[in-house]
Amino acid sequence: MSRLPPGQKAEVRRLLGEGPLKFRLLDLGFVPGTTVEAVRRSPLGDPVAFCVRGALVALRSKDADLVLVEVLPGDQRRGACP
Amino acid sequence: MSALNTAPCKSPADLQERVAAALFREAEAIANRATKVTEEEDSRALRYLERKLDDFLTSRRTGFLLMTALLAFIFWLTLVGTNYPSEALARLFSWGEKQILAFLGGLNAPLWLQGILVEGIYRTVSWVVAVMLPPMAIFFSLFALLEDVGYLPRVAFNLDRLFRATGAHGKQALTMAMGFGCNAVGVTACRIIEAPRERLLAILTNVFTPCNGRLPTLMALAALFAGGGLAASLLLCALVLGGCAITLGVCYLLSRTFLKGLPSYFVLELPPFRKPQVGRVLLRSLLDRTALVLVRAVTVAAPAGALLWVLSASGLAAKAAAALDPLARVMGLDGFILLAFVLGWPANEIVLPVLLACYLSAGTMVEAESLAGLKAVLEEHGWTHLTALCYMLFSLLHFPCGTTLVTIYRETGSLRWVCWAVLIPLATACLACTLVAQLARALGLVTSLFT
Amino acid sequence: MTFPQDNRPKTDGVVALVGNPNTGKSTIFNALTGLKQHTGNWPGKTVSIARGTFRVGAQKYLLVDLPGTYSLRAGSPEEKITRDFLLSGRPHVTVVVADAGRLERNLYLVLQVLEITGKVVVCLNMLDDARRRGICVDVRALEEELGVPVVAAAARQGLGLQELKGKIDALARGEISVCPRRVKYDPDIEEQLAFMSGTRWLALEALLGQQKPGEGSWVERFKYCPV
Ligand SMILES: Nc1nc2c(ncn2[C@@H]2O[C@H](COP(=O)(O)OP(=O)(O)OP(=O)(O)O)[C@@H](O)[C@H]2O)c(=O)[nH]1
Ligand SMILES: [Mg+2]
Repeated sequence: MSRLPPGQKAEVRRLLGEGPLKFRLLDLGFVPGTTVEAVRRSPLGDPVAFCVRGALVALRSKDADLVLVEVLPGDQRRGACP
Repeated sequence: MSALNTAPCKSPADLQERVAAALFREAEAIANRATKVTEEEDSRALRYLERKLDDFLTSRRTGFLLMTALLAFIFWLTLVGTNYPSEALARLFSWGEKQILAFLGGLNAPLWLQGILVEGIYRTVSWVVAVMLPPMAIFFSLFALLEDVGYLPRVAFNLDRLFRATGAHGKQALTMAMGFGCNAVGVTACRIIEAPRERLLAILTNVFTPCNGRLPTLMALAALFAGGGLAASLLLCALVLGGCAITLGVCYLLSRTFLKGLPSYFVLELPPFRKPQVGRVLLRSLLDRTALVLVRAVTVAAPAGALLWVLSASGLAAKAAAALDPLARVMGLDGFILLAFVLGWPANEIVLPVLLACYLSAGTMVEAESLAGLKAVLEEHGWTHLTALCYMLFSLLHFPCGTTLVTIYRETGSLRWVCWAVLIPLATACLACTLVAQLARALGLVTSLFT
Repeated sequence: MTFPQDNRPKTDGVVALVGNPNTGKSTIFNALTGLKQHTGNWPGKTVSIARGTFRVGAQKYLLVDLPGTYSLRAGSPEEKITRDFLLSGRPHVTVVVADAGRLERNLYLVLQVLEITGKVVVCLNMLDDARRRGICVDVRALEEELGVPVVAAAARQGLGLQELKGKIDALARGEISVCPRRVKYDPDIEEQLAFMSGTRWLALEALLGQQKPGEGSWVERFKYCPV
């Protein structure tokens, strides 16, 4: 998921990994079938803010990579996220 | 949905995933039934505006610049806002002192009693209230405003990459922001960092963020140093950023020695900006802070003042200062300064008042309840630019105050970490001051404060 | 974390405030009790438990402000505090504060709480904010779906708090009957849950293997269950 360019929407397919981080991601709404959108990168490029189920959530790229997503085709316009 | 399509598997983690999916499916269905989103012109404009603001606050070009500028601006506002109430309070207190002296004189009170009451207790308390209180209250309120808008999580978002590089956690930025109000609060706030190692890093280095009690001192000296106004706020800003740099440095060293380990994960929700209720937030934090400082002035500053007067009158203070003096000189300070830091250990806001009381008892009789008076007293005791700078550095970096140490003990549950929480900053402070002092002397940069 | 039951002030009931981070729990707590818990616009402002009392008519209730949490899975310290309080503190009424502007993610927690207890009032907070963003919530529909009372509020403006107090009081005195919504999990999970005793939540926790055996006394009750 960390490679999504800002403004790109995608759908969550699978979650990799184990342990507390996985549960945290699930609780934040990164469950399979959810639409997410990469919103912006932080100035130094690393944490990326994603919009998921109406909230803006910042994740480090390393952690975001646990979420496997499929890019939604043809949907380049910005969504209604906060 | 797709959760159902995945092959059934009995591992708990997979069950977790399916349970979460089921819960969200249900939540989504309920929410869809119960909410109606109207695409009004206004709300779309609002969302657009928020997005742009967020882009601006966290952009590559403006993110860091804005953070620094905002900090400097708050310092500047505090400096400017402090002047008037400080002067008014100082005038009130010097009038009060005359009244008390006259009253005690009328009662034929013994000299030692007059000394303890006026030179000890009254002067220390009036210093705390007149000089320390206004900047504390103003800065705290402005910061509360910033907090209410929702800027702080953006700071953590901006800085996480730096913290990660040192093995620390981005949320440490939030705990440091709380540390500006009070280090004890900052240490408690470290609970938001889930990984124990990163939480410890944040706890041990929180003291490098100048708390509310140290800020007025730093401000007063910066004003003396840089001549007030914009220059002073920039100097303060540089000092605070220096503190941040040292925080990062110490975190780096610690995560490679005592607190080895890989960085854990960083997950932070960035809340929407909210229009703060400016009046209410300002008023409440002003009143809160004023009440707090006044209570502490009575419970901590007054006894400290009395104790100090006894120490001075019995000559013990001078002896202790003389003993500390050689060590202090190496660090660009003097014995009285070190003594004041030790005596001011219960609460940072009494360090400068204690120092002044020490100086005043050592001969001078200056009305020191204003910045001009402060300048005169310091000049009398041979302060140079170097002394002022070293004092600021020592104040920024030295050991945590008593309350903070108690909090650290509560949060870590171990005396070992409390010891480290004292030793690490103390060593850093001594090292930094010594380096600066020796360097300045070698380069011949020691100038009088007033040339 | 322990919850000493004995040194609680004498009150007619304990009311817990739970909810996602940054939904206005402390603001509601302050408004109801007149105390001064710190509030701030970032998730994680409250990290410890605060207590205060408020009155409804002749009844006096103890209100407990808990740290914000996304779920009750005892993964992180604040989740554990909240979960433990709900399970062992046994509040008479639980107020779940939800942000009207992001209902879906807030309902995730509401549904979890409903598995622990049915004595729940959902406080739909930040309605002013949601309105400005063009989001309207049908309170009646939500009430129907959840099966527990829902109160609309804008705590910072002090709106809806009287109604909230009234609902808490009515629920505590048993004047309102609830029929909390149960989430339907996948068939195989449901099948296993059906075999287990105890509340649904504890069964689910045991099933998910969240708690290592011996960590809580309740685990004993599931010793012989197929986990
Ligand atoms: N617009 C609006 N803002 C609100 C309302 N209620 C609370 N707020 C603001 O929302 C922010 C969060 O409020 P808190 O009471 O600190 O939230 P909390 O749920 O206690 O947060 P945590 O302690 O982090 O879990 C503050 O800035 C409040 O001023 C409301 O009804 N409307
Ligand atoms: Mg709170």
